[in-house]
Amino acid sequence: MQTREERTYQAVIGLEFHVHLATTTKMFCGCRLVYGDEPNTHTCPVCLGHPGTLPVINEKAIELGVMAGLALNCDVAERAVFARKNYFYPDLPKGYQISQFDEPICNGGHLDVPVGDETVRVGITRLHLEEDAAKNVHVGVSGRMHGSVGSMVDFNRGGTPLMEIVTEPDIPSPEAARAAANHLKEIMRAIGVSEADMEKGQLRCDANVSIRNPDGSFGTKTELKNMNSFRFVERGLARELERQQGILDSGGTVAQTTLHYDPETDEVHELRSKEFAHDYRYFPEPDLLPLELSEAWVREIESRMPELPDAMRARFVEDYGLSPYDAGVLTADRDLAVYYEAVAAEVDPKQAANWISGDLRSLLNESGEEVSNSKASPERMIELICLVRDGAISRSAARDVIGRVFETGDSPTAIVEREGLASVGGDELSGVIEEVIAANPDEVGRVKVGDKKVMGFLIGQVMKATRGNADGGRAREILLQKLDS
Amino acid sequence: MLDLTAAALAQKIREGEVSSHEAAEAANHRVEEVEDRIHALLTPTPEIALERAGRVDERLRNGGIKPWEGVPLVVKDVLSTKGIRTTCGSKILDDFTPLYDASALVNFGEDLVLIGKTNMDEFAMGSSTENSAYGPTRNPWDLGRVPGGSSGGSAAAVAAGEGWWALGTDTGGSVRQPAALCGIVGLKPTYGRVSRYGLIAFGSSLDCIGPMTRDVRDSALLLQAIAGHDSLDSTSANAEVPDYLADLEGGVSGLKVGVVKELMDERIDAGVRGVVENVVGGLEEAGAEVGEVSLPHAYYALEAYYIIAPAEISSNLSRFDGVRFGLRETADGVHEMYRRTRERGFGDEAKRRIMLGTYALSSGYYDAYYSQAQKVRTRMIRDFRDALSRYDVLISPTAPSVAFEIGAKSDDPLAMYLQDICAVPASLAGIPAISVPGGLSEGLPVGVQLMSDHFTEPMLLRAARAAEEVSGFAFSQRP
Repeated sequence: MQTREERTYQAVIGLEFHVHLATTTKMFCGCRLVYGDEPNTHTCPVCLGHPGTLPVINEKAIELGVMAGLALNCDVAERAVFARKNYFYPDLPKGYQISQFDEPICNGGHLDVPVGDETVRVGITRLHLEEDAAKNVHVGVSGRMHGSVGSMVDFNRGGTPLMEIVTEPDIPSPEAARAAANHLKEIMRAIGVSEADMEKGQLRCDANVSIRNPDGSFGTKTELKNMNSFRFVERGLARELERQQGILDSGGTVAQTTLHYDPETDEVHELRSKEFAHDYRYFPEPDLLPLELSEAWVREIESRMPELPDAMRARFVEDYGLSPYDAGVLTADRDLAVYYEAVAAEVDPKQAANWISGDLRSLLNESGEEVSNSKASPERMIELICLVRDGAISRSAARDVIGRVFETGDSPTAIVEREGLASVGGDELSGVIEEVIAANPDEVGRVKVGDKKVMGFLIGQVMKATRGNADGGRAREILLQKLDS
Repeated sequence: MLDLTAAALAQKIREGEVSSHEAAEAANHRVEEVEDRIHALLTPTPEIALERAGRVDERLRNGGIKPWEGVPLVVKDVLSTKGIRTTCGSKILDDFTPLYDASALVNFGEDLVLIGKTNMDEFAMGSSTENSAYGPTRNPWDLGRVPGGSSGGSAAAVAAGEGWWALGTDTGGSVRQPAALCGIVGLKPTYGRVSRYGLIAFGSSLDCIGPMTRDVRDSALLLQAIAGHDSLDSTSANAEVPDYLADLEGGVSGLKVGVVKELMDERIDAGVRGVVENVVGGLEEAGAEVGEVSLPHAYYALEAYYIIAPAEISSNLSRFDGVRFGLRETADGVHEMYRRTRERGFGDEAKRRIMLGTYALSSGYYDAYYSQAQKVRTRMIRDFRDALSRYDVLISPTAPSVAFEIGAKSDDPLAMYLQDICAVPASLAGIPAISVPGGLSEGLPVGVQLMSDHFTEPMLLRAARAAEEVSGFAFSQRP
């Protein structure tokens, strides 16, 4: 049952994502995008903001933006306008960022986020394109500007195509926020719009967070920045909600402010409000013509879109008879889904799902390997599942076999032969069962008068005698036959 | 040789009668002779001119050159020149050397015989060249007077014969008004006709590079050299470049010429109006159908311009922050460094326009100023569309007065801004406009402005050529 406090403290979270687009060149010049190269090796007069230079739109970035918008069920604008966002900072060479303001490339939309067993629909307010800033490197103890002895700027990142996605404030918990971020990443990767690697800064997330007033209206929101991993999204928001609750519990009022999450101390810190007191003086970028996005072009892009995770999940439930949970697990990673489909085409899809979402996935997680590079190829997996299906090996033996296949890439059949893991079947199993019946007359008697619970004990005895190399279902079948006769 | 037009000199160079090297020597000599008095150049480039002229001569011997190559040129210091100091008339770029050439110069040819970079109002903001951080340029017609601005250095250099022709830039009259005040021809082409890549931006939605020449034929030839689509400038027009010389002598017979009523009122000096009326009369005699036309929003054009252009410059000048190039003052902390660098690097007019533009774009004022100004701009475009549906060419004075004395308006920004009343309407509409010397008033040259529809430069140049003919004004270098 909900307590009164839980009802009162209803979190209201909106997220703002920044996603690097997977283009080969920058947003407004021809410089290549390479992560981690020597500083200032991918620059030109345009992305350094030299006098007299002009931006030229990277068409591929527009295409990826449209793709992302379609994937998030947005309306793609017929006309979009780049605008200048003016502010001074050393990482911003022109003194303005070319962004979009009142006419973004996409409006409206939603993201259906699986959170536990439920689906939370998160509204998308808008999606717009802009250029990323360069990277300031502060020399000194803290690594931040304050207290540093000097600063340098690496313009390699400056001008990277960036997509900003703003959600409606309808995320109910830090857990759901993390799931939303994670789901967004899945979608971006699935459609090839971005690698969306948070560690590389390809996906960044800020949040607006407040606690709903008892009368249902929104409370004062704060802005939380620097949650640079999925875990920190959840933890940062949890800390901030605790902070706000603490203020409300002590009868105070939450002030509108910007905070920074420090993962080291697991605390949120207020940033000096002066740093964010900007009037960006947006106005239409006179160096670029408005974008005209024809219906035909948008439809053409749509026709080339790979299947989205949501659609794929629904298809897995429909076509393969999987539970929504299993379908979710298998479609969360595009490579895993491809793997699954290769296996499910040859064997029972449910069995395939069990093996892949269970054993294979935990092996992958432990080793950190990518499924696409795994020695346990779809062919090996099919072979293994067939061996189990045909009763050639027991389920528990198969667990060992898959581990060996994962390590060596050897054929499951070869491993079974080499290791002597073949299932005890046929006449041999029948013999073992007769021995078990003979050795346990009391229990056999109780089964015969209807005490089915004892069956488990008898099957356990069979498994023990075969050192696990028997198929439990088959053993049960034979046992029941013999007891009936 | 110094009395020839650029087109005539080009002809002689191609025919081998004169070498480009000889022409460059003559121009360099003329610079030495008059530059003390005129101060048209910020950075003379005599060696570069000779070296490049030599290469042109060599290419001519080995094959051929473009019809305009080899004729020495001066270029306003707002255009980026690779390896050659480019200051924009500002202290903040005192030691700045660009990494690339402006596209207009690239179009001109591989060996631009550059005599020098010309003086200008700082970042092209001004109408007298007095706003240069490097001191004013003097009008060759009267050394006590201004040459106009902001391309005053280019205008004075051409008038004084320091090079045969010049490139200027025109945001709200900066090619046309100094051309008028110095007795030369100044053309602002259709917005987008000439690439802006490498033009250090003032008002990005208004800036045009234009020829400043001894006569209309030179103007056509120089436009031919620099016009064209450029993939580096998204606002450059992807339209074919016509032959601007083919129909130049076609005359005005049957052409409908409308005199703009709003630009012939009492704000214009009577002597200036007289010269314009005289040229209009001449055109009528030459066969043009003359009438009066109204551009009702021309009265508001200057106000709209002084919102839009400062708004754009306030943003365009943000990159001059001391971080990557140009002046940097030392300070504790980056914000103090910005403040000191910009305080010291920019002159008064630049600061004034940054403040005007910042204010106009600020939250709470945007709708009242910037949006409103854009609406006026739309109305201005509509006025021209109406007028140009009835007339082929519109005519007005270029500037409200002849050249004024140095210092006369420098303490009164509004009086200075009024210099642009006739020029700004065409800038807002993006249409081509040309100033042709129409005669003298008070012994000083008066410019007549002709305007026409987007991309109709061939007809505009033809009408301008006729106006030049009827005015009886002929170029001769001064002093």
